[in-house]
Amino acid sequence: MTAVQRALPRRWPLLRSGNLHGGWPSAFWFLLPALIGFVAFYLYPAIRGVYISFTDWNLIANEGDWVGTDNYDRLLDDSRVWDSLKVTIRYTVINIVSQTILAIGIAVLMDRLTKSVVIRGIILFPWLIPNVIVAMLWVWMLDGNLGIVNEFLGWFGVDPIRFFTDTDKVIPTLAGINTWRHMGYTALLIFAGLQTIPKNLYEAAALDGATERQMFFGITMPLLRPILALVLVITIVGSLQVFDTVYVATGGFGGQPGGPANASRVIYLYIYQNAFDFNQLGYAAAISVLLVVILLAVTFVQLKLLRAGESDLS
Amino acid sequence: MRKTIWRLIAVFIALTLVAAACGNDDDDGGAGEAQPAPQATEAAEESAPAPTEAPVEAVTIEYWLWDGNQQPYYQQCADDFTAANPNINVEIVQFGWGDYWTNLTAAFASDSGPDVFTDHLARYPEFVASGVLVPLNDYVARDGVDTGAYFPGLAELWVDAEGNRYGLPKDFDTIALVMNSGHIADAGVTAADFAAAEWNPDDGGSFQELIAKLSVDANGNRGDSPDFDSSNVEVYGMGLEGNFGAFGQTTFSGFAASTGFQFLDVNPFGDSANYDDPRLAATIDWYVRMIDAGYVVPIEDVESLGGTTVFQNGSAAVMADGSWKIGTYIGADTPFDVEFAPLPTGPSGSRASMFNGLADSINRSSDNQEEAWQWVKHMASADCQDIIGGAAVVFPAIPSAADIAVASHQANGVDVTAFTVHVDEGTTFLFPITDSASQIEAIVGPAMQEILRGQADAADRLSQVADEVNSVLGS
Repeated sequence: MTAVQRALPRRWPLLRSGNLHGGWPSAFWFLLPALIGFVAFYLYPAIRGVYISFTDWNLIANEGDWVGTDNYDRLLDDSRVWDSLKVTIRYTVINIVSQTILAIGIAVLMDRLTKSVVIRGIILFPWLIPNVIVAMLWVWMLDGNLGIVNEFLGWFGVDPIRFFTDTDKVIPTLAGINTWRHMGYTALLIFAGLQTIPKNLYEAAALDGATERQMFFGITMPLLRPILALVLVITIVGSLQVFDTVYVATGGFGGQPGGPANASRVIYLYIYQNAFDFNQLGYAAAISVLLVVILLAVTFVQLKLLRAGESDLS
Repeated sequence: MRKTIWRLIAVFIALTLVAAACGNDDDDGGAGEAQPAPQATEAAEESAPAPTEAPVEAVTIEYWLWDGNQQPYYQQCADDFTAANPNINVEIVQFGWGDYWTNLTAAFASDSGPDVFTDHLARYPEFVASGVLVPLNDYVARDGVDTGAYFPGLAELWVDAEGNRYGLPKDFDTIALVMNSGHIADAGVTAADFAAAEWNPDDGGSFQELIAKLSVDANGNRGDSPDFDSSNVEVYGMGLEGNFGAFGQTTFSGFAASTGFQFLDVNPFGDSANYDDPRLAATIDWYVRMIDAGYVVPIEDVESLGGTTVFQNGSAAVMADGSWKIGTYIGADTPFDVEFAPLPTGPSGSRASMFNGLADSINRSSDNQEEAWQWVKHMASADCQDIIGGAAVVFPAIPSAADIAVASHQANGVDVTAFTVHVDEGTTFLFPITDSASQIEAIVGPAMQEILRGQADAADRLSQVADEVNSVLGS
């Protein structure tokens, strides 16, 4: 048992077993606002969304008739759904791998080299910029003709790279942008996890002559696993739901969202198109239900595989 | 350890909520404005509108438009309108093109939104199908509005297959070439050369020779020289205003139509499209060859910042664009002088420009439909259209008001007859009207992007596209 774990029950006496009964009435009132919010903004819309997926809902007229499983039958035959899932998975793999590796690197550097709050703040900075602004910023910087990045590459004799308008480069580019935006935040979560690793383990290892590299793979990574599991669940679920960056960056000023040639049409964008462009809210809801099922499955498998609830420390 | 995880989860949720709250603030800027106007008179039902007696309370009509350039002049129309009808105030709300339709959809879904809004031919059939627009037939008949006062064809665009009218025209637009004066002078080419040019999809005719001559590579060689390096082009002969999309309004539509190609079997409201027409494939193929030859800007360079930026940057000598953009090119955003020329004459023996027009429609959920109609009628009248014409931001739908716009440009030394010649000579064709424009866009747009990148053969890909589009139109 670490000091932290022993300290917690004393600081939060209400959470000690047996003490909760007396606290229920007051706990109820504290929970009520959140409960109302949860029911009104999560539970009811979720149930209604499932209902709408069984109708031919017209968003503009705001009405629809029950069509049974028609939308789900159509979904199974719609190659665009599966294409957009493939695009989404490609995005997620590139985004998560690069983001997680960079974030671990930054977190370890912060932990081992500096305790500066200023640096932690700076690292979090990209995450504080709204997604839409980030996307527009990078559209301008990476533009093939006028972008500063290509101007810079030109000094070294590199031909302009069409980051957003080359069908093969658009997804890696989008994944890279979101890596840039999210790695500081992810690093901070991992940094917090690093604080739970007892420092005496490093001291002992150092006495035994272990290198930083050996300590990283022998101590840091194994003990970080539960935190990493949580971080991965959060970031992968977030990554699979990517929408705004894609919509803004590929729609751009002269493009078509999801372009070029559907190379960046992620599943959320396809849902959006069906709901808001094609006015087929029922079908969009059916794809959303499919996405929920996929996300639940991914999360469940991840938590099982990574044994997120267990720690190697105790 | 577990506690730490829970604390992290709590931090994550808290941060997410903060972020979500920030996001919502942004959204509210749009939908939050959409409060229904205060109620005063009972709205006239669509079946039997009758003139209402002077209401006791003033009502406010909320009016939406997307073109910020036009807002000050419609504000002037609104001020005049309120002066003549003291009981009706008009509140004008402007959104950018993208937000406009999203906000409108949200407004319809929640039975709120503007009383009157600027409507587009690509969108209104879907609104009609969803029953959110007020038919204007009875109002038009009651007040004796002359729908023949507009340019021929404009008023009929807003009548659906059942004969119901959903809008009164306010303006029209056509397509012409905008030319960088410096670039064409350097090449020894004039606007008159373009006006006289002929084009065909096989060898591009004299039009292709012109854009070849206007193309310049990094070594200063022009496109008609054997030394021209198509992989290192400094100035392209012709730019592209945007990605092609399904209807290519400012790109391929005029060229394709000059071969005799038509988008739909019947327009408006056809039930089959002609995307497998070999003349369309030949036209798109011509663009692919021109991009390869270095005479036309590659589509990849147009898609991110848009073709207008490429043109304003001086990277393209000429470009087809719509009359609604005249102000952009003669204004301060374009750092050089421009001239205009009509689109070239095609194999059919005449030029062709897409002819599109906007109109104002009334929202079914408006509480003040009678007052909304009065405002629509005012905007479609010569009183308001003369103001719009005088401002010369767009061409009004009434010919005499459009003449004012042309004269107003002339007074500033700008010749815009390249746009009106299409109307004067009757070489326009109407924007294709279907009730599934956005679905067609989503099918054809990406296919065009593949073809223009050389990733697909035009004829093959377009015949696949035709099957998909026709199954949407048939359903």
